[in-house]
Amino acid sequence: MSVGIKENLARLQWIITLTVVSISNAPIADSGATLLPPLFLNWFQAKGWSPRAHQLQLLEQAQAGNSALLIAPTGAGKTLAGFLPTLVDLAQRGKSNAPSRGIHTLYISPLKALAVDIQRNLAKPIEEMGLNVTLETRTGDTPAYKRQRQKLAPPDILLTTPEQLALLIASKDAGRFFEDLRFVIFDELHSLVTSKRGYLLSLGLARLRRLQPGVQTIGLSATVAEPDELRGWLVPQTGGSALASLVKVEGGAKPHITILETEDRVPWAGHSAVYALPGIYEAIKRHATTLIFVNTRSQAERLFHDLWMANDDNLAIALHHGSLDVSKRRKVEQAMAANALRAVVATSTLDLGIDWGDVDLVIHVGAPKGASRLAQRIGRSNHRMDEPSRAILVPANRFEVMECQAALDANYIGAQDTPPLGEGSLDVLAQHVLGMACAEPFQADDLYAEVRTALPYAALPRDTFDRIIEFVATGGYALKSYERFAKIRQTADGSWRVTHPRIAQQYRLNVGTIIEAPSLNVRLTRQRGKGANARGGPVLGKVEEHFLEALTPGDTFFFSGRVLRFEGIRENECIVSNAEGFDAKIPSYAGGKFPLTTYLADQVRSMLADPARWGALPDQVSDWLRIQKEKSVLPQPGSLLVETFPRGERSYMVIYPFEGRLAHQTLGMLLTRRLERAKARPLGFIATDYALSIWGLRDMGRMFKKGELPLSELFDEDMLGDDLEAWLSESFMLKRTFRNCALISGLVEKRHPGQEKTGRQVTVSTDLIYDVLREHEPDHILIQATRADAATGLLDIRRLSDMLSRIKGHIVHKDLDQISPLAVPVMMEIGKERVPGEAHETLLEEIADELTREMSDHS
Amino acid sequence: MNLVSQITKTMLHGAAEMVVAGHRCVCDPSGAMYLEDDRILVVSDLHFEKGSSFARRGMLLPPYDTANTLAALGRVIARYNPASVISLGDSFHDGQAAARLPEQYASALGQLMAGREWIWITGNHDPEHPADLPGETFTELAFGNLVFRHEPSKKPCSGEIAGHLHPAAKVVRRGQAVQRRCFVSDQTRMIMPAFGAYTGGMNILSRPFHGLFDAQAIMAYMLGSKRVYPMTAKTLYI
Repeated sequence: MSVGIKENLARLQWIITLTVVSISNAPIADSGATLLPPLFLNWFQAKGWSPRAHQLQLLEQAQAGNSALLIAPTGAGKTLAGFLPTLVDLAQRGKSNAPSRGIHTLYISPLKALAVDIQRNLAKPIEEMGLNVTLETRTGDTPAYKRQRQKLAPPDILLTTPEQLALLIASKDAGRFFEDLRFVIFDELHSLVTSKRGYLLSLGLARLRRLQPGVQTIGLSATVAEPDELRGWLVPQTGGSALASLVKVEGGAKPHITILETEDRVPWAGHSAVYALPGIYEAIKRHATTLIFVNTRSQAERLFHDLWMANDDNLAIALHHGSLDVSKRRKVEQAMAANALRAVVATSTLDLGIDWGDVDLVIHVGAPKGASRLAQRIGRSNHRMDEPSRAILVPANRFEVMECQAALDANYIGAQDTPPLGEGSLDVLAQHVLGMACAEPFQADDLYAEVRTALPYAALPRDTFDRIIEFVATGGYALKSYERFAKIRQTADGSWRVTHPRIAQQYRLNVGTIIEAPSLNVRLTRQRGKGANARGGPVLGKVEEHFLEALTPGDTFFFSGRVLRFEGIRENECIVSNAEGFDAKIPSYAGGKFPLTTYLADQVRSMLADPARWGALPDQVSDWLRIQKEKSVLPQPGSLLVETFPRGERSYMVIYPFEGRLAHQTLGMLLTRRLERAKARPLGFIATDYALSIWGLRDMGRMFKKGELPLSELFDEDMLGDDLEAWLSESFMLKRTFRNCALISGLVEKRHPGQEKTGRQVTVSTDLIYDVLREHEPDHILIQATRADAATGLLDIRRLSDMLSRIKGHIVHKDLDQISPLAVPVMMEIGKERVPGEAHETLLEEIADELTREMSDHS
Repeated sequence: MNLVSQITKTMLHGAAEMVVAGHRCVCDPSGAMYLEDDRILVVSDLHFEKGSSFARRGMLLPPYDTANTLAALGRVIARYNPASVISLGDSFHDGQAAARLPEQYASALGQLMAGREWIWITGNHDPEHPADLPGETFTELAFGNLVFRHEPSKKPCSGEIAGHLHPAAKVVRRGQAVQRRCFVSDQTRMIMPAFGAYTGGMNILSRPFHGLFDAQAIMAYMLGSKRVYPMTAKTLYI
């Protein structure tokens, strides 16, 4: 690699700065002397460094036989701290010269790239101390021969991902492989645990503990609101509530965060930061290297395109997101590490703690919704703890201005709120159960006890577990017709075992919880206007199928930093040509991905209601709120404001719950059903993170005032009963969720041995399976799993339910003659976003009837 | 205009009527087609026991697809009370599927068959007569101007009623795409939608359909939950 030397220098620098800089808890040289072997002390000394307090504290915990959680801000030397117990232990083992056969330390990170990064960083001290320690990575990219060799001759330290762990423990020689295991290090634990990936990992950890009861865990995490959840996750749960030890590093320098100041008008609505382009460009010019983060891929495309249009100085600005072709991404990463770029526009692919050269500014476009993400991102701009990181927030619309200000006022950024861990999902459990059967026959009692030591499954009822075993064995159907096709079967001694080696083979190909949306290669052709038959050119990347669904040949869109013309679809490829002009017809904005958090919502609500706090806001925003106060009222924290007004031929109702887009969408679906029943003739709704607007043909304001439809009834919590049920039964969202559950649980396969299936070629559509299953067994375990997933993920039911009970008796209705200032943003979204869940049947009818009329007119 | 007369005629039960090679065809929302004048009901690609066929290979799909397909078939037979039924091939998902048919389904099927002529056209999934079941088996069958076969001929073929391709059509409105199974016809030939519960659809604008129909006269009859929606080519997406 051409950047090798420079890269290594940069990394060395990183390790040095990590270790040298003193922080609030100063280096403790004395206790270091007792904990660290001379070899290590000499190494530290030779460098002129002292070990840091938290590094020694963690070592002390580990040497006392405890598992521990280390919470530290980015740049505090977490990684070295995490590996110190391992290195010390291995150094001492080296003396005793005892032969070792298995892995000593397993390091698990959410990102492949992180494992590779850590390998480079850790190799240095190992080499310099002359430790006899082997260190290898194992990821999906590791070639088969190397994996095979790792099985035969395991390294001392193996750096890997959750998926690889699942594969390792499902193999027959897992027992031997892990028999010497001493430590498991989980990096970025806070980001791992809340997903299905985290559930699978927790079960994997439970298995490691069974294989090697003495194993100790070390969790590395950024600052989180509820450290106890992570502490519990790290240790076996047996009845009580066991916690790992906690080592915490306070502070570091506070990041220096500002909101972009601009003379330009902040837009009412929308998510593009076009208005702020000059300001962003100036900031790039003033700094050496800037990372610009946006929330979605299409925003990244848009902003990148716009920056280049404004790039009069020809600054080296690059684009990086997960849909781009891998080779393109690698190029950008290398240029970045070599400090050859002035700015990179990026999405979440650049998240987490990878070292990225000398970034001195982070710009974040959009509201700081996922604050934990934001803290990560800002942490990126400086790995040196003593220097403040610099960041500029660029709100894309007026509500986001308030959100950004509220976040700054509350000193929020840095105090992260990860979502609660939640209960482990059942599709993941099903996958794990099959994996354990692939490893070796199991007794149901034993596996049940083992699974319950994992925090997410600590409360798993026995009968649910038994149903999962039935599901894995024969599908768990009431009609027991698959006995002869069982995947696992109970033998005479009561143990469950795999019925055929093929089952294990299939399991290995389907392991993991990451379901990619069906996507198509985007191939650029020069032959414009030839449609799907044009000859091919280079692949630019991948785009999700659902985005292409609504395109018609000739439509233009942004991708890979260009404006492309959609030509057509050929097999698994989307054929495109370069489009003329600078504007894309299809904005392809799918809405902010991360809903407003509860904490920030509270902050925004209270800021909104308190004019004394408006001083911090730009004039145009505070003026806007003042006019709202005159024309209508301001939403108060403890109540719900409902505005109604006429516009055109329609009646509008706008409410301001501030509960995030998902909860608002669910509320929109449910309210529309109720309004339908009350004969208000609703036509549609639109939800943003802040507000919900519903429109219809009858005057809703009048209906509320006359008591024809009391608001208390409309917003009664009982909507979460039958209405929710009825809606869910026909919701496309549930089908999408079901697909994921079906894939993860192993009901349908992601891949067959020897052939990779793409999303387009799924042999039996999971939608059809869902329809059949729901009709015959609505209580099937997989339907239950689907509903549980949808309730938390897509629908945000809990938040909605909290809101409904909070506003009970506190609904403020304002019947207006015209639109209120606060309602403008949500009204501007109308027509821009899709209305989800709109009845497909209605669409068909509309088109067919239109056609009929058209034909009759012509005849 | 010919198309108009076709489009506007929505019948009882939400069915749509069209003419293929001079025969009046009633397209039922279930995906079955009824030749009213001759009391012949045609269904295609039932794929009985597809679920258990997958189960044999380790995908334990819900074992209720045959029950669903039979129930739908029962409803459409009750609606039209046909003298003859033609099952247009791929009636069974694999060669052993008929033998695997659980007893209660075999007898339910027997009841549907009782008292009427029943014709199995062979398909690529079921090249033989289904084990132990009554009815007559043909590779193809001519009737009036029509010819029934499983796989559509590559060349234009007047009067051909075929299945095999599982046609589906997609329309888009307000950024939302709706895809449904459909009948597809240009008035000289027709390809029928798959009837089975686990059978999906292939877009009729995709390659396997190229050249089969007169592009000017092609119509898709999309299956809605209660009626059939006729669509012209210009409304369709891929």
